[in-house]
Amino acid sequence: MATAAIDTHDTHAGHPPTSTGLNNTKVAIWAFIGSECFFFASLISTYLIYRGRSLVGPFPHEAWTDPATGHVYKAILNIPVTSVSTFVLLMSSLAMVLAHSAVVRGDRKSSKIWLASTALLGATFLGFQAYEFTSFVHEGLTIHTNLFGSSFFILTGFHGAHVTAGVIWLLTLLFIDMKRGLTPDEAINVDVCALYWHFVDVVWIAIFTLVYLIK
Amino acid sequence: MAADHSHSNVSHDSHGDAAAHEHTHPDWGTYKWVALILAAITALEVWIYYIPSFTATKLFVPVLLALSAIKFTIVVMFYMHLKYDAKLFRALFVAPLVLASFIIVGLLFLFGHLKVSF
Repeated sequence: MATAAIDTHDTHAGHPPTSTGLNNTKVAIWAFIGSECFFFASLISTYLIYRGRSLVGPFPHEAWTDPATGHVYKAILNIPVTSVSTFVLLMSSLAMVLAHSAVVRGDRKSSKIWLASTALLGATFLGFQAYEFTSFVHEGLTIHTNLFGSSFFILTGFHGAHVTAGVIWLLTLLFIDMKRGLTPDEAINVDVCALYWHFVDVVWIAIFTLVYLIK
Repeated sequence: MAADHSHSNVSHDSHGDAAAHEHTHPDWGTYKWVALILAAITALEVWIYYIPSFTATKLFVPVLLALSAIKFTIVVMFYMHLKYDAKLFRALFVAPLVLASFIIVGLLFLFGHLKVSF
């Protein structure tokens, strides 16, 4: 029975026979994504545990007056800006599936356009994050200021690092596509990158609600 | 602009849906609708955030969590193709996700953020 399964995949899936009948690269990326669930769960739970336990401001959703100086710190989170960056990341996922679809079809022109679009949207998201971090520091919130600052910068910073890795991965694929072209047989390489990219997107979906929207 | 790359000649073997993996993916129309739904839900979330009378109610947090869960599920099902892929991939993602969610809830109980009154 196993032989029949292997033969089927050898014929249809375009990868060498494996004991599961599934592509090992894809099994590996899903296992990696599964481990990443624990990584981000630890960061999110740390943020949630420290939520509302900061002794000094600035605070995420409410203004705070420093009793020593009388300086008033406004609520630090900028929801309109973060909403736009969230939209940008969601649209990057659309561009990513279209890039993968184009590579599968062997449409080289479209694959280049959508890979470049995904990388550009990812870089735009990073630009928004850099702007947010910079404005927070200027408004008096650093990683050392309070528990909110520490857990916020660690959580969103690690997410940003993942986006950065994704953008580098996308640019590498784009470079290969421009240099010699990605063939439909190599669609698995784009597929694993896409799975990673979408995972980074779903992590942000959770962060946007838990950190930014829930007061 | 149709981008349907479903392979109709996919055969199913003794591994159930294993042979169907990587082959049956949504088309451009599905991707477009998914993107529109995701954008609409995000807009709804932000709109809710700016309604003071709603944010003061007990419904605010559950509604936001539900909307977020819907977005999460849509991306995983359609963009990550988990709806169409092999069961092993589903297990590799869902099992750690469920366990990680239990860990978050458990830690919140442990640190007094969630309470159950009997």
